[in-house]
Amino acid sequence: MLELIVISTLNGVLFGMLLFLLSSGLTVIFSMMGVLNFAHASFYMLGAFFGFQLTKWIGFWPALVLAPLLVGAIGMAVERYGLRNTHKHGHVAELLLTFGLAFAIEEIVSMIWGKSPLDYRVPALLDFPAFTIFSTNYPAYKIFMLAVSVIIFVVLLIVLKRTRVGLIVQAALTHPHMVGHLGHNVGRVFMAVFGVGSALAALAGVIAGPALVTQSDMAASLGPILFVVIVFGGLGSLPGAFIASLVIGLVQTFAVALDGSLASAFGPLDPSAGPSVLTDIWNVTIAQVAPIVPYLLLVIILIVRPMGLMGTRE
Amino acid sequence: MSTAMTSTSKVPAEAAGGSLRFYGVWLIGIIVLIVLPMIFSSGGLLTSFSLIGIAIVFALSYNILLGQTGLLSFGHAVHYGLGGFAACHMMNAVVSHGWPIPLPFIPLFGGIGGLVFAMIIGWVMTKRAGTVFAMISLGIGELVASSSLILRSVFGGESGITTDRTALPKLLGWSFGPQLQVYYLIAFWLVLSAIAMYALTRTPLGRISNAVRDNPERVQFIGYDPHVVRYIAYCFAGFFAGVAGGLTAINFEIANSALLGAIQSGLVLFSTFIGGTAFFFGPILGAILVTYLQLGLTNLTTAWQLYFGIIFIGIVMYAPGGIAGLLMMHRPLIRAGTLWTVIPSYFVAIVPTIALACGVILAIETVARFSGGDAINLFGIAFNPTSPVTWIAAAVLVVGGAFVARLTWRRIAEAWDRAATVARDRGYLA
Repeated sequence: MLELIVISTLNGVLFGMLLFLLSSGLTVIFSMMGVLNFAHASFYMLGAFFGFQLTKWIGFWPALVLAPLLVGAIGMAVERYGLRNTHKHGHVAELLLTFGLAFAIEEIVSMIWGKSPLDYRVPALLDFPAFTIFSTNYPAYKIFMLAVSVIIFVVLLIVLKRTRVGLIVQAALTHPHMVGHLGHNVGRVFMAVFGVGSALAALAGVIAGPALVTQSDMAASLGPILFVVIVFGGLGSLPGAFIASLVIGLVQTFAVALDGSLASAFGPLDPSAGPSVLTDIWNVTIAQVAPIVPYLLLVIILIVRPMGLMGTRE
Repeated sequence: MSTAMTSTSKVPAEAAGGSLRFYGVWLIGIIVLIVLPMIFSSGGLLTSFSLIGIAIVFALSYNILLGQTGLLSFGHAVHYGLGGFAACHMMNAVVSHGWPIPLPFIPLFGGIGGLVFAMIIGWVMTKRAGTVFAMISLGIGELVASSSLILRSVFGGESGITTDRTALPKLLGWSFGPQLQVYYLIAFWLVLSAIAMYALTRTPLGRISNAVRDNPERVQFIGYDPHVVRYIAYCFAGFFAGVAGGLTAINFEIANSALLGAIQSGLVLFSTFIGGTAFFFGPILGAILVTYLQLGLTNLTTAWQLYFGIIFIGIVMYAPGGIAGLLMMHRPLIRAGTLWTVIPSYFVAIVPTIALACGVILAIETVARFSGGDAINLFGIAFNPTSPVTWIAAAVLVVGGAFVARLTWRRIAEAWDRAATVARDRGYLA
């Protein structure tokens, strides 16, 4: 039991930090431009596929730098030539543009790399067990993922809170017009933030690709969870996104690891009653429920606290 | 009050000729629906018509949300799918209990299935509009789609719930075995739902929904609760989506979890938006186009979804009014008699635009078939996806087409501006 708790906590924190790499960019873009970027998870997917392809051509370490840069450039182009032109039609049009983009990116990826999972391997340098606890080998690559996520988190925090650039970004979040009047190019700030957000998503994709599955439906399966994270944490709140990422990461990891059901806890139902909704619910294991847990959390938080955990706006 | 006073002077004059034309359009629509299977009687076409009819009901129900109330939902298929399951269970129950309910009443139960779920979940969802509603609808959609695989006794797991439409009591001797009879059943419900949904837009509720879409704060000032208005609109949309789902269940005699999924929600969003949300007939056009393309393209190319994505992005960026919006833009020009000044520039633009489209198609198909090596057959000309000739042709068409097309589009814009100025001077354009 202790083994399960320790390993699941490690994996949960890891998944949570990965989620935060994505949700931080999404949250900053949302609070700055009012755009919910549907294609954010697609940039994560592009990162994984670019990472795979570049790893094949030039190796993992160059790919770790190059793939996010490429995706960041794509993100900047999307902001400059897509969103900025659509802005005059309102937020719904912007949301729809990113939705169409997510759809198109998924199709392009599956067209080029196919629909089946890719053989994206952990680099040889990191392919060894880091330590052994309770007879389980914990891979070094996961420690590397955790380290990268934490470093990015710390760097992001320092840049946002302690530098001049961060000051301008923070000001542009709440008072874009004033920032513009002070002589800063707000459009360029938006483009840069969109690019950095996409690049961070891609970085998450490059490092998550070998550990999770690199497949053309990875954006469609992760995207909705990301939205749950930022609604759960409170729209536009970075600390909220951080807490929500960890909560969702831990809850989902633990749910997958647990095998209990109501039947195993309270004994099986009377079989003479026949199959019904009750028997379905009674017999389902927690692991089977894991995919819907984030959405259940979403519904609960919407009923209990509609602005989200740390949100300020209703 | 003041707006009512000023508009009364104009209304009667328009209503006399307008109502005749108005009923004429509906009558023509009904006649087309009746005559269609007599002209095109092949089985494949009948199936296509049936699917298009269902898609129209579904898209119209979606437009109650998107076009009329301004709610962008990414989970509308939930009500469609639940309507389908409700209809399937109802049909099986009718057969096993021997109730005297004939098949044509079944879509009503599909509608009730969609409505009940909308009533349960809608109150929480419609608390807020805009982006938040969009995200919540996405989450609810995923929740229901995932839950449907867990609750096996209701949703039948992966394989779904099957049923037999011919086992129900007959109505006027119709067994609904042949596709033709199913087509007429769908056409009947299509007309009924379309009239009901059009009537809904003319009620005070429909009007106040428009107001909630445009300015919820002001609606609050005049004493309405936007949340309640959104909730009621959501329930109506859920009901008609359920009707569409019930029709699907009758058509395929099966309901499975794919009906509830994100792909269906995306398709209905595409149909409605491509058709145009600002006019009642927009979603009808969109549903016809998207379903027709879907049925036609799946045989021709593996990348058909990508074409949808590209068309959708193009519409969002350059014509947010959709096809209906583009068509209706011409109305003031026709009335002012200045449309003929624009038409020549359209003809000039056609050639480079088609070249550009061919280039894009060629490029996409080259990538899609590169590994497979199947030949690309574009308007009777075969292209080899692995030969550099094809790549150069695609590149020339895309770059050259885009360059020339941009020039011609600019000409259209200039001609359009001149025509619109004249129309404005003559008082046909505000």
